[in-house]
Amino acid sequence: MSPIESAITLTVNGSRRTVRVSPSTTLLEMVRSRLELTGAKECCAEGECGACTMILDDEPVNSCLVLAVETDGSEITTIEGIGAAGMTPLQESFLATGAIQCGFCIPGMVVAATALLERIPRPTEPEVREGLSGNLCRCGGYKRICAAVMAAAGGAGAP
Amino acid sequence: MSGSGLGISAPRVGGSERVTGAQSFAADIAIEDVLHVALVHLDCGHAAIEEIDTSGAVGIEGVIRVFTAKDLPDPVPRFGPRFADRPVIATVETKYHGEPLAAVVAVSKEAAAEGAAAVQVRHKELPGVYSIDDALDPESPLVVDPALRSGDDPLAGSNVRQRWDWGWGDVDSTEADVVIEETYTFPMVTHFSIEPHAFAAAPEGNGIAVWSSIQHPYFLQGTLASLLDLPISKVRVHAPDPGGGFGGKGFPKYEPLVTMIALELGRPVRLVLTLEETFQAVRRTNARLQLRTGFTRDGRLVFIDAIEDFMMGAYADIAPRVISKSSYFAAGPYKVGAVRAVVRGLMSHTTPSTAFRGFGAPQMTWGIESQMDAAARALKIDPVDIRLVNLARPGEEIVPGDRPADGDWRQALNIAAEKVGWGEPLLPGHGRGISVGLKASATAGASYCILRILHDGSVSLIAGTSDMGQGARTILTQLVSENLGVPMERVTLVMGDTAVVPFDYSTSASRSTVFMGSAVVDACQKAIADLRDKAADQHHVSVEDVVFTPGQVSVDGAVYTLPEVLNDVFGAVPGEIIVTGSQRGEGDANHPLGGAASFYEVSCTASEVSVDLETGDFELVKHITVADVGRAINPQHVEMQDEGAAVMGLGHTLMEHLILDEHGRIVNLGALDYRIPTFKDMPSTMESVLVENGDGPGPGGAKGSGEGGLLATSPAIAAALSEATGVVIKDLPLTPERVWQAMHGGDEGREQ
Repeated sequence: MSPIESAITLTVNGSRRTVRVSPSTTLLEMVRSRLELTGAKECCAEGECGACTMILDDEPVNSCLVLAVETDGSEITTIEGIGAAGMTPLQESFLATGAIQCGFCIPGMVVAATALLERIPRPTEPEVREGLSGNLCRCGGYKRICAAVMAAAGGAGAP
Repeated sequence: MSGSGLGISAPRVGGSERVTGAQSFAADIAIEDVLHVALVHLDCGHAAIEEIDTSGAVGIEGVIRVFTAKDLPDPVPRFGPRFADRPVIATVETKYHGEPLAAVVAVSKEAAAEGAAAVQVRHKELPGVYSIDDALDPESPLVVDPALRSGDDPLAGSNVRQRWDWGWGDVDSTEADVVIEETYTFPMVTHFSIEPHAFAAAPEGNGIAVWSSIQHPYFLQGTLASLLDLPISKVRVHAPDPGGGFGGKGFPKYEPLVTMIALELGRPVRLVLTLEETFQAVRRTNARLQLRTGFTRDGRLVFIDAIEDFMMGAYADIAPRVISKSSYFAAGPYKVGAVRAVVRGLMSHTTPSTAFRGFGAPQMTWGIESQMDAAARALKIDPVDIRLVNLARPGEEIVPGDRPADGDWRQALNIAAEKVGWGEPLLPGHGRGISVGLKASATAGASYCILRILHDGSVSLIAGTSDMGQGARTILTQLVSENLGVPMERVTLVMGDTAVVPFDYSTSASRSTVFMGSAVVDACQKAIADLRDKAADQHHVSVEDVVFTPGQVSVDGAVYTLPEVLNDVFGAVPGEIIVTGSQRGEGDANHPLGGAASFYEVSCTASEVSVDLETGDFELVKHITVADVGRAINPQHVEMQDEGAAVMGLGHTLMEHLILDEHGRIVNLGALDYRIPTFKDMPSTMESVLVENGDGPGPGGAKGSGEGGLLATSPAIAAALSEATGVVIKDLPLTPERVWQAMHGGDEGREQ
């Protein structure tokens, strides 16, 4: 709508995309509304809940706090890009350990945990708790989410 | 029952969609040409609206129109589950911080938000009722216009919306060796579903289609039909699985507004609340319990004399039911000879409180159980023993003449004690607490479903329960699989569309497994009967000669699989078995609650804490919950629900508290300032144990579950803190600051 929209080009889940965005559009809004990838969720809109987590150039970010224009030339992975060729062991592990309740936080959890395991392939339980502490689950599934991540990493902790 | 379905921890139905991001929640559903709505509200609680100037907003590019009360029927229609007291939009005044008084419709979310910020409201802030003391003060303004209350309501000139006087026996003539007199407070807390409430509406034919993250789609359908004077069949509610509900998404909130806007504009519109707006839309009823509890020397509870004040908000919503249903069980799971309880439901200029997991029982349990611990200390009786003495045994009444105890609650308590290491030596700075909570389940209601066995033997189940994380899809699929012998992956569940799915009363009160589960079992039995009849006709034998076992039918010794027998009975032209199932609870008009509870949900919590005696900070070393569930149809699902409830209980026990300023504004509005438990708040060890005695009314002896884990959290942890520190705290949450203050003498931190 805005006359000052600008075009940005970025790679989303391996595909090059060019999108026109206004200076105030967030990465989350762009991905959900323009690219129609609704796996990332909006909850707090201030970087506290992690429901909108995406991977931006290898780093997990709260996409509600990133302006779309800043991502020109970047590489983005959303939940849709994780396990696109079949579920990852981490996703399988979430299912097996019963880590999923309502599921609204789960895309953000999976993205954050995927990034965590990239950084620390065999984390300790405190490392998982610390690494995911920016992701809120009101269903209170923390114990099982933690176990799911540990199990996927081949560590102990599966119930 | 035999077969594969019951007692098996089958993976979550819908789990794959949730873990891949494919699950569509209400805000994710694409609606063509949809317009966006942003709400306008004031930065104070109670205010008179003098003038709304929308000119700034309508000049913004993309803004289509601004709606205020003047754009809606006059008088503005009102609705609500108990009283029709909530206007579709604020009219002459706002009654709580965040009450919408205008709605800006625009082509984009950004333009709508920009428009909302540009609406100018001339208003006058008015004195407000922001606390229990305010509400009881005869000088305070009246929240509800007496004209809106029934003419013979003796309380119409006060802020007491409803009063209940519960009691039995004679408190005054009951002798007690020790009387504990204390006051407890329970804070305002908010649901904080990670999915903010989302609504949309679009004209459809000569009716309306509505999308909502609602738990009770049929209640919404009825409300809209009544407000719009439409036949129920012309109101179609799409209810995608909610992203967490916890009671907060039970009853209609802004759907009527969105619907009226869509009809007026003749276009689809959508409103997605911000998290801050959800804080302003729903909360738990806060409470102050003044309790006088009498015990004999040997720890027997002999009377309870109580004044219990519950602060509802600006509109009643379902809060009167929350209050009456929880306070009616004045002694929780205990036997007591005499009760006198004066219970008041108070109006205030605050966010309307509504159902919230536990439905008033966490508030009641905080008081009842803290009194048990006070008595145990006074009488030097072990906290486990004093509870064992008083807990109702199976068949004993907890309210005279009402449903007796339906579980072995002492067994649950003993398991909790054993699991937490009760009686074992404690490290310095450590303490343990144990507690029991009771919540009454649904009293009345009805669930219907349609079951189709398709001609290849696969099954379509059409059932109106909302799966908001509790796993109803999995449980109902397991029940079909179990009863018909059809593999779970060949059963498809259709939910969430009132145009095709039959009526279900609500998704609340932990009722889905018992009510809808029983309806599904009923449908399976009818399908089997129909199949046997058809096979008997086809083979010219009596129906007794047709034997159904899950997955197969034998006729005169010949065994057919389901697809074979369907092919056999229908011949060349395919057909299907179509049946309905139902489960109704009629209630009892003479019962104070409209009917006895269909079961009790009883849970024990045992906790061990380690306190830093310097700072008052503490951590949970061990946190055990024991749930009496009758039968776990899916143990993993039940355990994860119970653990989740326990974590939610940690929230209101340890950290959560909506704080109001003198203008009635929520100070800690949003995720940054209102903390809920995170990974870092988890107990070092947490375990959920299930007691399964098959003594529930649901399939296989199941009771409902999933709320119990938070009923007794607060008193268990507070008792553990008391043992560790020697101080007793009577206000929640148990923040380190409050603990430190209590340890350093003084009641400065007490809630008034």
